Amino acid sequence: MAVLSEEQSMLRDAAKSWVQERSPVTAFRKMRDSGVAVGYDADAWNEMAAMGWAGVIVPEDHGGSNFGYLSLGLVLEELGRTLTASPLLASALGAASALILGGSDAQKEAWLPKIAEGAAVGALAIDEGPHHAPDRAAATYTDGMLSGRKVFVLEGMAADILVVSARGSDGVGLYLVRGDDPGVTRNRLSLADSRGAANITFSDAAAEPLSGGYELVEKVLDRVRAGLAAEMLGSATQAFETTLDYLKVRVQFGQVIGSFQALQHRAAKMFTELELARSAVEAALAAIDADSPETPELVSLAKAKMGDTFHLVSNEMIQMHGGIGMTDAHDAGFYLKRARAAEAAFGNQAFHRDRYARIHGY
Amino acid sequence: MADAGATDLEAFRGEARAWIAANFPPSLKGGTSLLLRDDGRKATPEQDAWRKAVGEKGWGAPSWPKAYGGGGLSREEAGVLQQELNRVGAYNPIISLGTVMFGPTLLEYGTEAQKLEHIPPIVRGEVLWCQGFSEPGAGSDLASLQMKAEDKGDHFVLNGQKIWTSGAQFADWCFCLIRTDTSKKQDGISFVLLPIHQPGVEVRPIPLISGASLFCEMFFTDAIAQKKDLVGPLNGGWAVGKRLLQHERSGLSGGGTSTLFGTATPLDVLAKTYVGTDEQGRIADADLRSRIMAYAIDMRAYQQTATRAMLEAKSNAGPSAAISIMKNAGARLTKRRADLAIEILGSQGLGWEGAEYTDDEIIAIRGWLFGRASTIFGGTDEVQDNIIAKRILGLPDPAKGVGP
Repeated sequence: MAVLSEEQSMLRDAAKSWVQERSPVTAFRKMRDSGVAVGYDADAWNEMAAMGWAGVIVPEDHGGSNFGYLSLGLVLEELGRTLTASPLLASALGAASALILGGSDAQKEAWLPKIAEGAAVGALAIDEGPHHAPDRAAATYTDGMLSGRKVFVLEGMAADILVVSARGSDGVGLYLVRGDDPGVTRNRLSLADSRGAANITFSDAAAEPLSGGYELVEKVLDRVRAGLAAEMLGSATQAFETTLDYLKVRVQFGQVIGSFQALQHRAAKMFTELELARSAVEAALAAIDADSPETPELVSLAKAKMGDTFHLVSNEMIQMHGGIGMTDAHDAGFYLKRARAAEAAFGNQAFHRDRYARIHGY
Repeated sequence: MADAGATDLEAFRGEARAWIAANFPPSLKGGTSLLLRDDGRKATPEQDAWRKAVGEKGWGAPSWPKAYGGGGLSREEAGVLQQELNRVGAYNPIISLGTVMFGPTLLEYGTEAQKLEHIPPIVRGEVLWCQGFSEPGAGSDLASLQMKAEDKGDHFVLNGQKIWTSGAQFADWCFCLIRTDTSKKQDGISFVLLPIHQPGVEVRPIPLISGASLFCEMFFTDAIAQKKDLVGPLNGGWAVGKRLLQHERSGLSGGGTSTLFGTATPLDVLAKTYVGTDEQGRIADADLRSRIMAYAIDMRAYQQTATRAMLEAKSNAGPSAAISIMKNAGARLTKRRADLAIEILGSQGLGWEGAEYTDDEIIAIRGWLFGRASTIFGGTDEVQDNIIAKRILGLPDPAKGVGP
């Protein structure tokens, strides 16, 4: 665990106890079974916003607490433990970062206070094909109009404001498009991991540029990747702890299965990987807060390492639970499905290994 | 092989080819047996006619004795028959739990009366069987099963629960391991057959993480099993059950591309479609490409091992030691392939349902999810590794203390 300030410890503890009381995995299951179109429980989101979590990275003069990415990562980690569905990642981290880093005063004033109080939801619309390739955006921006098709837009159904990558006269950059623009058509995705998402078509939708060009695209993406890695850390940690508990109670051959050395060693390996991944995730978030030039490589390191670790732990969660882990009534399947979806989002392990290599000139 | 044998085999090939041409409806090309996944009640008239034709001929269980309705073919002839089916995209419509697992066991351990009663309806694809082995507290440690069996003279009264019974919702009969002596572990287990359409048996399908319900829970409340339906001696069912598990494991060690475990589209084709190619036509993602190749090489080695084991079994006295690795090697390959497919499909491989995904994409993720069970069912990876370590490698069992 990173060395936290007193305020950060309080924030983390508040998130931990809220998640335990108000958002256990049973709440996620209930949300999934309800089939709600936006993919999250609005009451829970309102409670989260009321605690100030949607404004953690937003400057104080725009209604936030300017508390930094490591702090928001602590909240995301706790939410990840129980797979809590909310627009925190897409809106309070993704869209908010784009506005903070690339918005004009007027754009910030129009959207940041609403995002910080949870009254508006923002989302990032970046990918156009099945794989993350932000530099190859084919959507176009001309004379205030944006056209193209974006896929796998997390919280795309709920979004009031969309931050869209598109090719303008100076290459690929980010643009703001209102969710209710007549040029926006959304198709809801029914994802295996039940996160809210949409495929979105833009046909001459009214758009405003953010400033910063392609550098802004990567800066915003790095913040979302690090935030997602923090959420994955929470999910993987909980998956591991749930599995560890099971190893201590399931009896076969007259003893708890956790007494078998073959399983002990695999549990120890998972613990080892989780400790390594935690270091990588915390380093990436700290680099963002310090505005370090190493941020891109540390973020790719964190997303790749965390992806491999969550992959391992989610597979082992099923295997070590045996048949019961294969049933829908058990939580193991939720973590497995979330693992693959989170691995794929904003660049999978292969993408980030390649990016890490390119940054280092391999 | 003698020339005369080869000539006979070619004569049989001609007979098989002609019979298949006369009976297999070309519209069913590329199909599979319905009896593996449901009861076949939704069969089309063509599917039904093909099942009946093969069933009457006995070629659904080609090497079983003719006396019980089987094909009476030699192993070589059965191989030729399969080649001829494959040649025109035909399939064996009779394959089911009955032909793969239960039938071979009953032929070995059953009485003459039991074989005459139960084998012919399996060969005709008319009666479906399910397996009542695992219990909530008896999974890997199967011999700890507790299904209570009260001796009532000519029958047993059964109370308890079974779990992971494949296809119980479609089955007519269940072969079941029951506890007939509580003072012993393995030696207190009997193997019995019972009809499941009776008041004391309740079947509940279990929804799985893949959305399907291929397995069931079975609740037994004063259910009846006749003593004449014991297979093997009273309290001698463990050996019968173990033999059946061997058939199950060899049946499960496919390592193949059944759509039950995901998309059948070759991984390289998928990758070129979803990831794209570089200017030399290679899969654009070099990292992914090397992992697809590592899988392909391991899969080829697995197939080579299957071939080697078969040849060694034919030529040598006993079965090849390679057989022991087939279930784990196959199941691990099944999972690796499905994992790679999901990675290749990217965000298109994450859909649960809906018009934004193709049928093949949905098959890929549902099969990926279901395939997680391939290292669990029919003996977990860990139990199989224990068998290799102890029986094949001769390593000591820690539970039995120190020393040889």
